[in-house]
Amino acid sequence: MLSYVLKRVLSSVPVMIVVAVVIFALLRLTPGDPAAVLAGNDATAEQLAKIRESLELDEPILVQLLTWFRNLLAGDLGESLLSGIPVVRMIGERVGPTLALAAGTISVTILVAIPMGIVAARRPGGVLDRMVMALSVLGFSVPIFVTGYVLIYLFALKLGWLPVQGYRPPGDGLWSFAQRLILPVLALSGVYVALVARITRSSIIEVLGEDYIRTARAKGAPERRILLRHALRNAAVPIVTIIGIGIASLITGVVVTESVFNLPGLGRLVVEAVLARDYPVIQGLILLFSFTYILINLVVDILYTVFDPRIRY
Amino acid sequence: MTTQDRKTGPRRLLTGVAAAALSLVFVSAPASSETLRVVMQSGLRITDPIMTTAFITRDHGYMIYDTLLGVDSDFNIQPQMADWEVSDDDKTYTFTLRDDLKWHDGAAVTAEDAVASINRWAEIDSTAKPLMDMVDTIEIVDDKTFTVALKTPTTLLLAGLSKMSSRAPFIMPKRVAETPASQPIDEFTGSGPFVFVEDEFRPGVKVVYEKFEDYVPRDEPASWTAGGKDVKVDRVEWLTMPDQMTAVSALQSGEVDFIQQVPFDLLPLVENAPEITVDILDPLGAWTYFRMNWLHPPFDNKLVRQAAIAAVDQTAVMQALVGNPDYYQTCAAIMGCGNVNGDEYGRDWVVNAQLDKAKALLAEAGYDDTPVVIMAPTDLAMVVPQPIVIGDALRKAGFNVQMKMMDWQTLAAQQSNQDAPSQGGWNIFSTYSILATSGDPFGNTPLATDGRESWAGWPDVPEISALRIAYAKASSVDEQKQIAKKIQKIAVDEGVVGPLGQFRIPAAWNTQWSGFLESPITVFWNISKDG
Repeated sequence: MLSYVLKRVLSSVPVMIVVAVVIFALLRLTPGDPAAVLAGNDATAEQLAKIRESLELDEPILVQLLTWFRNLLAGDLGESLLSGIPVVRMIGERVGPTLALAAGTISVTILVAIPMGIVAARRPGGVLDRMVMALSVLGFSVPIFVTGYVLIYLFALKLGWLPVQGYRPPGDGLWSFAQRLILPVLALSGVYVALVARITRSSIIEVLGEDYIRTARAKGAPERRILLRHALRNAAVPIVTIIGIGIASLITGVVVTESVFNLPGLGRLVVEAVLARDYPVIQGLILLFSFTYILINLVVDILYTVFDPRIRY
Repeated sequence: MTTQDRKTGPRRLLTGVAAAALSLVFVSAPASSETLRVVMQSGLRITDPIMTTAFITRDHGYMIYDTLLGVDSDFNIQPQMADWEVSDDDKTYTFTLRDDLKWHDGAAVTAEDAVASINRWAEIDSTAKPLMDMVDTIEIVDDKTFTVALKTPTTLLLAGLSKMSSRAPFIMPKRVAETPASQPIDEFTGSGPFVFVEDEFRPGVKVVYEKFEDYVPRDEPASWTAGGKDVKVDRVEWLTMPDQMTAVSALQSGEVDFIQQVPFDLLPLVENAPEITVDILDPLGAWTYFRMNWLHPPFDNKLVRQAAIAAVDQTAVMQALVGNPDYYQTCAAIMGCGNVNGDEYGRDWVVNAQLDKAKALLAEAGYDDTPVVIMAPTDLAMVVPQPIVIGDALRKAGFNVQMKMMDWQTLAAQQSNQDAPSQGGWNIFSTYSILATSGDPFGNTPLATDGRESWAGWPDVPEISALRIAYAKASSVDEQKQIAKKIQKIAVDEGVVGPLGQFRIPAAWNTQWSGFLESPITVFWNISKDG
């Protein structure tokens, strides 16, 4: 297993290099000019040229790429072209809200969606199944910003139980931290709960038709044991896959949720950096996101072996 | 790679990891009871108010820096950091810094700092450039005094040093002001009424200022950028909220105290709320306009430019952009209705669409159906509707219109592209400026008419260039008004710029707070919490 993990980690290096080169090239080919953002609306061509020179954006692209790679190897992602703040620090400051939101959403998803899927799968076509499916359709269909506004109106403005927006680190007090996450987590969970509940339901229904389930029933095993020990465990592979993809997409950008609840996370940082053509920040974030995907895929692959001992690497 | 570089990388990595830990675990600075929490119109990312013209950076400049001169609500130039005397021949100005001026690090502000700051500002500012052509020498007399000797008398010196909006000539320590204007500064020591808390600065998220305890306000009452900047709060936090609906909800729930600009469509949510005051703080507001590219057909022809201006209806633009007539007005004055130089020559065809006139002008010009490429941004609410209305109006007049949709930053980069529209260039784009800076022919960027040396659009009208110089040398306000009137007439007739109307964006704040000052710049002195 260890050699497999090592091999996977090493094989991610060329992937990261390709991602880095592609992103670097794409950004340079995209219209837009950080110098124009810096100088403002009425800059003359001469002023823009001077700013480009001071930012070394007038260097040949290959030279810029090599400089960036050289700094990257030294652990330096460069500085924001706009604020001059190191990219690593900017990313570091924005990771907290994103991780907190992702952890909260995935926790709610697992706690709610899997039981919902099991309940629905127990009697396909029954009342509970139909209710779960209806809720899933609702979860998929209602846009997150609508859910967000409704939750804000209800719980923040009308009832006054929770704040409208913002983020506080846990060090400010656990309740202060948690109360600002409740509404965004609820708003965001709708989609993920719907997705995971449906996958759980269909996986379990499929597994319940297997011979070994019939054997367990013939042996007189209680239904609860059949569902939780035999069916759920064997249905876990697609569920874990979906949850893994969910975690990755939560970390790499939930811009709408972060905007509606004013969470200063990575999703907003990406959009801000792209709109301002802040090349070093975009490059740093895309690298981080690529690494996140690789890491999560690796963890998911390892988890397969836990749930299904037949899988060996 | 140097040893320093090798050390920097791992150090930065560690800093990032530490920042991540902080953002996840540790404590943020507490907000005291005298903290004013405000939502500004955009997030602060660029912190050098000389390098950029971004309004949010200008507002940041007024928090931490001071200016030598200010402007009051009657448009009079007043002493702020310095008073001045002028020689009998109006050619030598002696500026004397007032007592007790200190930098945030405790050192005294000196004439050397002031002169270095003026020089940096002069490198890049549109008003400073013509001014410096008329300056003979700037000399330091002693720690608190410097003189400016002019080659010829001009009102531009005081007008420039009191310039309110981007780029206002903020005074910085000499060591900072020696940075070339094309490079951003990396130290933020000012002498203004607030201190920038660098440790808490999160670009695009949050900016924190603390009261500068050693700041000595002037004795006169505050008026626009002049008078006493008396800070009555301990701390001001600028919060960025990308979703304006969230900002309004946060104001309603008491999580923020002030919103700098309430979007017009969200006004009904706050207008009648008893705990919220809605008012216009910027008495002048902004004007929006469209610019035509003089370098390429069809707008290299004066008659076609006139046809485009005649085709567009200002009310239609204002309805699409603002909606509520309480907050907009039609206006033909390029230097702004409400400004001293605001003359409305051409109102009859600049304000109301005159399609017959437009069609006649096109026929007279022999317009040959050359496509008109209009750059249309899709992401910045204040500039999205204009190109759509313009495009529709031009089509009705007989133009062959091609809309080119893009994000605002692409447009900002494209607008300096002098290539033909068929090779990636453009024919029309629209933007807006605040009227506080547009009231004279130098602050009004579209009125620079030196061809390819000018701002995007590159109009070439030597008569206006000559009149701008005459304006700078004029000896009285009346004389300046007469010159401004001539500039308005030529600019409209030549189609230098197409005015689209004026609007004012209201601010909103919690009624617990009072003392918000009416000013073209949003300022945070004089404000206190009532209870």
